Amino acid sequence: MDLEFDEGYDAFRAQVRGFLAEHRPPEAMGLVHGDRQRWVEWLTLLIENGYWARTIPKEYGGYGAEPDLLETVIMDEEFNRAGVPRGLPAQGPAMLVPTLLAHGSEEQKIRWVGPTMRGEVVWCQGYSEPGAGSDLASLQTSAVEDGDDFVINGQKIWTSTADAADMCFILVRTEPDARKHEGISYLLLPMDTPGIDVQPLRTMCGDIGENSFNQVFLNDVRVPQSNVVGRRGEGWKIANTTLSHERNSLNANAEGTLMRLARLMEKESVGGVPAMASPVYRDRLMRLQARALAMKHHGMRMLTCRLKGESPGVAGLVVKLQNCQLNFDMAALAIDVMGELGVLYDHTRYERERGYWQAHSMFSLGLIIGGGTAQIQKNIIAERGLGMPREPRPATA
Amino acid sequence: MDFGLSEEQSLLEASVRGFLGDHVPIERVRELREKDCPNDRSIWSGLAELGVTGVLVPEAQGGSAMSLLDAALVSQALGHAATPAPFLASAVMAPVALREFDAAPASDWLEGIAGGELVVGVAATELFSVREAAGVALDSGVLRGKAMMAVDACGADLVLVATDPEQLAVVRADARGLETTRLRTIDATRCTAELVFDGVAPEAVFEGAGAPIARMLDAGRVALAADALGACESMVEQAVAYARERKQFDRVIGSFQAVKHMCAEMIAEVEPARSLLWYAAHSFDAIPSEAPLMSCHVLAHVGEIGREIASVATQVHGGIGWTDEQNLHFWFKRIGNARHLLGGPEWLRDRAARLQGFGAGA
Repeated sequence: MDLEFDEGYDAFRAQVRGFLAEHRPPEAMGLVHGDRQRWVEWLTLLIENGYWARTIPKEYGGYGAEPDLLETVIMDEEFNRAGVPRGLPAQGPAMLVPTLLAHGSEEQKIRWVGPTMRGEVVWCQGYSEPGAGSDLASLQTSAVEDGDDFVINGQKIWTSTADAADMCFILVRTEPDARKHEGISYLLLPMDTPGIDVQPLRTMCGDIGENSFNQVFLNDVRVPQSNVVGRRGEGWKIANTTLSHERNSLNANAEGTLMRLARLMEKESVGGVPAMASPVYRDRLMRLQARALAMKHHGMRMLTCRLKGESPGVAGLVVKLQNCQLNFDMAALAIDVMGELGVLYDHTRYERERGYWQAHSMFSLGLIIGGGTAQIQKNIIAERGLGMPREPRPATA
Repeated sequence: MDFGLSEEQSLLEASVRGFLGDHVPIERVRELREKDCPNDRSIWSGLAELGVTGVLVPEAQGGSAMSLLDAALVSQALGHAATPAPFLASAVMAPVALREFDAAPASDWLEGIAGGELVVGVAATELFSVREAAGVALDSGVLRGKAMMAVDACGADLVLVATDPEQLAVVRADARGLETTRLRTIDATRCTAELVFDGVAPEAVFEGAGAPIARMLDAGRVALAADALGACESMVEQAVAYARERKQFDRVIGSFQAVKHMCAEMIAEVEPARSLLWYAAHSFDAIPSEAPLMSCHVLAHVGEIGREIASVATQVHGGIGWTDEQNLHFWFKRIGNARHLLGGPEWLRDRAARLQGFGAGA
């Protein structure tokens, strides 16, 4: 057990702090509503300094450093502390880029990785369908060969930022006669292709925040066959690398949220007394603090496993389940502390922290479901982590 | 940066678990529950040979001067095997307090503890919970009053008595005027006793012992949490093994999602709690300013998840899990006892809040 960083890392941390003391992201950056060009400038500056796309090779538009997990941790810590975004929290950089680096052709990497990391090209993810949620491999959107093209027909759902995206990485069924996991291909689809209709899907969160969900309808959409990533029919395998990136990226800053909750409880009074002075609310806060501390140190344990190249086993499989629920429960206490005013929303008079806690509560619920529901997580924990048998498949008709 | 167990620690854990697997199967625990005191000296001697009794004793007194994390791993192994042993009081709490006093007689006692021939109980319940008008006071050089739920005291040679948060008295278990009665609890694997003092002359009295007493309780809480977490681990393992074997409706019950999800939920609590335990134990030696808070949090947290796991793991076994014969109840009861032995979750969380100045204005 040694929780200190080696000496060389102090210099790196100082360098990050120096950068942050001098540079701030431009205001009103946005992908959906704001000014995208400002994002591009900020991301380009980060890449030049090695704080974004750090380990991506230079020829693909990255900074070209050797991977070093602790440097990543330090950058995250310092950027979080400064309240500054370290890069673009979007599906292109988080999911498409790692997939392309692992499975893409040389031409695809050169064409897409750099512009995606710089925010010049914004992506959405075309995976889920109305009939293919937890059972994603049952997706039905078809891509039929026609000359050098595929012609796509079908419907995608839960497509974040589809309304602002230039491109979509999409799973389609190219081999209708193959077994369900073997007939899927991974395609890169320009969103301005004729036949694509994006319809907004309003979530329970309402209009707060920059989250946009959509349904995407595809009608005779033509895409060149050369836009397949990896080999035709191997889309499921390729998508699974991407899905594991999604689960890894759902790490929460539980400690920060807990301290924000504590500050609320010092400020908010119930019957003339701060909520923090109430044994009932305070006891709930302490229960949550123990859970937050457990997840914080669990994160450090998982990081150590990654540093050593060891598999964390079942301990790694429980992270998403626990963090998402913890976030939801912290928001729930905040709302209860505010009592009847805790339900104010839409920037109504008297609303606290611009509706943060209600939005956080509902958004957390979305995360409990998204990226594999809690029930799917429990199946994974039990089957892969504890070696319990899979549900026997019903006899197919 | 390395948040994990060292190779030596993994070896220590494996050797204790191996010893307990060989020498203290659950059948042995069943036999011991019939005794007046379950803390069997032959098991303790075996643990002494492994060096476990002196894990927190300084090298000068023949101990191995290891960290609380090492002690916690041993404690966890004992909970995992539901082994009756005076580890909590004699190998954790007593040495943590006594090693703060350099000279004899404390140093002699530490030697005895490390060798395993001296077993020390601890009476400190009244520092966090007074019931039945209990309390022990030193008056004109002798102790009067009573102490409740003293840990590992009935089979001990010596007992540390915290008469108040600053004063620690040491008495011989066979001292004149001291009456020790085992208080039987649900948990047949742990010894708790009532001590009645009627003019008992102590062997020693340490004044101004606030820090040693506080450290003793912090260390005890971490070790107790480790013990209960070890018991939780065992219950989850047993539940998973049973669910993979037991058949109903022509299927192993572990293939039903209802059962599978019960098991997933249990392990999803055990693993992060293990991380919290490691940190709490580590902080005791490396970041002492955090130890009071962490020891409260880890024991309260394991108390909460422990109650749930003890219940759910039993339910996975169905009716057979509820029988005496299945043995599962030994762990269930050990977890239930640990929830209250050194302060219950509500008390611990109240202390955790106060330690951070939360609600101090009220």
